[in-house]
Amino acid sequence: MRRASRTAPAALLLPALLGLLFLDLPLVGLLVRAPWRELPAQLAGDQVWEALRLSLVCATSATAVSLVLGVPLAWLLARTRFPGQRLVRALVTLPLVLPPVVGGVALLLVLGRNGIVGRWLDSAFGLTLPFTTAGVVVAEAFVAMPFLVISVEGALRAADPRYEEAAATLGASRLTAFRRVTLPLVAPGVAAGAVLAWARALGEFGATITFAGNFPGRTQTMPLAVYLAMENDPAAAIALSLVLLLVSIAVLAGLRGRWTGTP
Amino acid sequence: MTNPQDHQDHQDHQDQQDGRDRRDGLDAQLRVNRPDFTLDLALRAAPGEVLALLGPNGAGKSTALRALAGLLPLDGGRLRLDGTVLADPAARLDTPPERRPVGVVFQDYLLFPHLSALDNVAFGLRCRGRSRRESRAEAAGWLERMGLAEHAGARPGRLSGGQAQRVALARALAVRPRLLLLDEPLAALDARTRLDVRVQLRRHLAEFEAVAVLVTHDPLDAMVLADRLVVIEDGAEVQTGTPAEVSRRPRTDYIARLVGLNLFHGTGRGHAVVLADGTELATAEQVAGPAFAAFPPAAVTLHRERPQGSARNVFPLTVAGLDLHGDLVRAELTGPLPLAADLTPSAATELELTPGTPVWAAVKAAETHAYPA
Repeated sequence: MRRASRTAPAALLLPALLGLLFLDLPLVGLLVRAPWRELPAQLAGDQVWEALRLSLVCATSATAVSLVLGVPLAWLLARTRFPGQRLVRALVTLPLVLPPVVGGVALLLVLGRNGIVGRWLDSAFGLTLPFTTAGVVVAEAFVAMPFLVISVEGALRAADPRYEEAAATLGASRLTAFRRVTLPLVAPGVAAGAVLAWARALGEFGATITFAGNFPGRTQTMPLAVYLAMENDPAAAIALSLVLLLVSIAVLAGLRGRWTGTP
Repeated sequence: MTNPQDHQDHQDHQDQQDGRDRRDGLDAQLRVNRPDFTLDLALRAAPGEVLALLGPNGAGKSTALRALAGLLPLDGGRLRLDGTVLADPAARLDTPPERRPVGVVFQDYLLFPHLSALDNVAFGLRCRGRSRRESRAEAAGWLERMGLAEHAGARPGRLSGGQAQRVALARALAVRPRLLLLDEPLAALDARTRLDVRVQLRRHLAEFEAVAVLVTHDPLDAMVLADRLVVIEDGAEVQTGTPAEVSRRPRTDYIARLVGLNLFHGTGRGHAVVLADGTELATAEQVAGPAFAAFPPAAVTLHRERPQGSARNVFPLTVAGLDLHGDLVRAELTGPLPLAADLTPSAATELELTPGTPVWAAVKAAETHAYPA
C-alpha cells in the first residue's frame, strides 16, 4: 500500500543512500574503467565464452542438485521432529559461515581420490570428482545449497500445515500431499531459494578452485578466469567481469519479472 | 448430572432388544489426554443420523473431531465405523487419516488455494486412484448439485464465503465418506449468508446416507442441523438428546444459557423445587427427589413494589446489568435467585431500571417446568 507523500526521516534516508552508494559504486567504477574500445577484441577469445558457458552450466547444475536434495531436507527440518534436529539444522547452515576454501579442502579430503568416499567411488564406479567439471558442480552445490534449504524451510514453516491435514483426510499420502499441495503452496519460496543458490553458485570461487582446480574449458568458471586474468591482464579481467555482471543482471531481472507476475 | 453408568446400561439394554450388535454407523469411545484436560467421550450414531457436538470453547469438541478424523491419536478407547475398527490404542491400531473413510469440512474450509474449485473437489477422487478425466467429471457433478457449476474454474480466493463452504462440502462428500465431520461449518460466514447456507446444509445433510458429526458452539446451528445433540463440557458429555429434549430440559447452566432459560437445581417437594439455600420455587409439574426447575426470561415480570397478584414466586432482587436482546431488554438480576428477565424497552424505562435498582421479580408457576435431575 502506498502512503500519501510521507518523507522518510533523514536518520534512515542518509544511511540508506550511503548503503546504496557503497553497493553500486564499485559497479559504476567497473563501467567507467572498462576498456570499451578494446572490448570486442578482449571478448573475441574462445576462452571467455568457454568460461561463461561453463559457469552457467555448472551453476544451473548445482542449483538442480540443491533442489533435488535441499527441498526434501528442508521438509524434514520443517515438518518432522527427531532427536538432534537443532544440531542438524546448525550443520546444514555450516557452509554459510565456513570459508569456501576450507569447504574445498574438506571436499577434497572426503571426495578426493584418497578420500573416504572418493576412494570407494573410484574403485566401485571408476568415478573421480576432483579437478573435473562434475567437481565444480559439487563444490558449488556445497556452498549454495544452504541458501536454498533455509529459504524453503522458512516458506514451509510459514505455510499452514493444516492444508496437509486436509489433503490427508481426502486420501492423500504424505508424499502425495507434499507433491500436490505443499510444494505448490511454497513454490515462491522454492523459487527464491533457487535464485539465491544459483547466484551464489555462479560467483563461487574458493571451494571451486580448491576442489576442482583451474583448467580452462573443464573447471575454469568466470570468477576463476577473472581472478587469473587480473594477475597478468587487468583489462581482460574487467572485460570478463562486465560480461558476468551483465549475465547476472539479465537472469535475475528476467526471473523476477516472471514471478511477480504469477502469485 | 447424567450418570454415565446409567447411560451405558440403557444403551446395552437397547442393543439386546435389537438382538444384535449395532454394526453399522459410528461407535466410538474417545479418550485423548491433553496437558490441560482429558477428553473422554462416547459417541454412537446410526447411518443417516446427524450428531451435533455442542459446547463452549475449549470443551474438547475440536479434539473429538480431530480424533475421529485420525489427525490426533487416541490415548484410550476405541473407534469403530460400520463394524470396522479404525483405532484401538490397546491393540496398537491407528488407521492414518488418508485410509479412513472419513470426510472433513474444516472451519475455514482449507480449500487448496492453487487449485480451481473443480480440482479441489476432484482431489480426493484422484488420490483414490481415479483418472483425471473421470475425477473431474464426477467433481463437476458435485459442483452442479451444489449450484456451483459456473464457478468450477474459479480459484478459492475468488469465491464468496458461502460458495467456498459448499465447495468444501462437495470436496468432502465426493469421496463418499462413511463419516462426515463438520467443524463449525457456519462460523466463518456473516449473519446473512449463514441463514441461506444453514438451510442448504440441512438439505445436504438430510440426503447424506452415512453418519455426520458436526461441531458447533452455536445452539441454533445445532438445533437446526442435528438429529441429536451431545453437549460437552470439560471433555465429557453432560447431556444428550434430541434438540427439543435438550432445549426443553437443560441439565447445566451452559445449556440453559444457550437456549435462553433460567435453570435451578434443587429437591422436588410437591408442586415446588426447593433450592439448596431454602428458596422455594413453585412449579407446574410435581417431581420428587433431585430436580431441575427451568423457566424462560419472558416468564419473569419485574415490579418496583411487591406485587399483590396470583404469582406465588416473588423474590426481592437487584438489577446487575441491562442488555438489549433483540427487541427486548434483558435484565440480569442478582439476589437469592439470580436470574434473567426479559421486558419491553418501554417497561424498562417506566420502571427506571439501572444497575443497582432493587426490584421484585415474579415468576408464573405455570411457566416454570420441573423435571428430575
